[in-house]
Amino acid sequence: MTDKQVAVFRKESFNAAHRLNNSMWDEATNEKVFGKCNLPNYHGHNYDLIVKVVGVPNPKTGFVMDMKVLSDLIKEQVIERFDHKNLNLDTKEFKELNPTAENIAIVIYDLLRSKIDSALKMQVRLYETPRNFVEYPAVV
Amino acid sequence: MVYLTRIEHFNAAHKLYNPSWSREQNEQVFGKCANENWHGHNYELFVTIKGIPDPDTGFLYDAKKLSTIIQEHVIEKVDHRNLNVDVDFMKNKMCSTENLAVGIWEQLKPHIPGNVQLHCIKLFETARIYVEYFGE
Repeated sequence: MTDKQVAVFRKESFNAAHRLNNSMWDEATNEKVFGKCNLPNYHGHNYDLIVKVVGVPNPKTGFVMDMKVLSDLIKEQVIERFDHKNLNLDTKEFKELNPTAENIAIVIYDLLRSKIDSALKMQVRLYETPRNFVEYPAVV
Repeated sequence: MVYLTRIEHFNAAHKLYNPSWSREQNEQVFGKCANENWHGHNYELFVTIKGIPDPDTGFLYDAKKLSTIIQEHVIEKVDHRNLNVDVDFMKNKMCSTENLAVGIWEQLKPHIPGNVQLHCIKLFETARIYVEYFGE
């Protein structure tokens, strides 16, 4: 009974502007690689974030993790940082790092990882559009 | 009378900011949406036309052609763009979802063939917020 691992999930969302650009490359190369995503005046997305936490339910509470605590943590660490922002201009995390869905997922994972009990495994799924989404780490 | 809807989508940046107001007033009215460096959305666009199906084809209108009209006159102008800066038909307008829906109606209306009528523009800004415009 005590070794049964359960995955719990919390979904949150944020809206942000961004553009994909590698400052080491010239304009033509950026345009060729990133296409419309490189347009200079930014575009944006409704990002949906699903945070997965895996562990054995606490015998006293029956919880893997209190979902209210998880929700508050995501809001404080992620939503307040990125919601209604320009990822390239308004956030220190993407000053130098290209804000692809892949990189955003890694940044979000790192922001949350240190705040969640290390006995629990974690994975982040980030939807950039309803049809494009990424997961980090790739395997839990 | 039959109603036919074609769904398209685009991603764009915008902000809600009235240039004739102070920054404080904009922040008070529009909150986070007034962020000066923009934010953005995945927009879902539902275009509904109405009419009597053609007896020979059974079609109200070829849905693929409707898609092409929407792509040419709306999606190509707004997709991966900044609505406030890049879009000619939103120049000098507030880039609310309401005004964008009206703007899209005006873009499409002249290109809808005479035997059908444009009925509704339904535009989702987020999964939980959408507007409808019926040309009234």
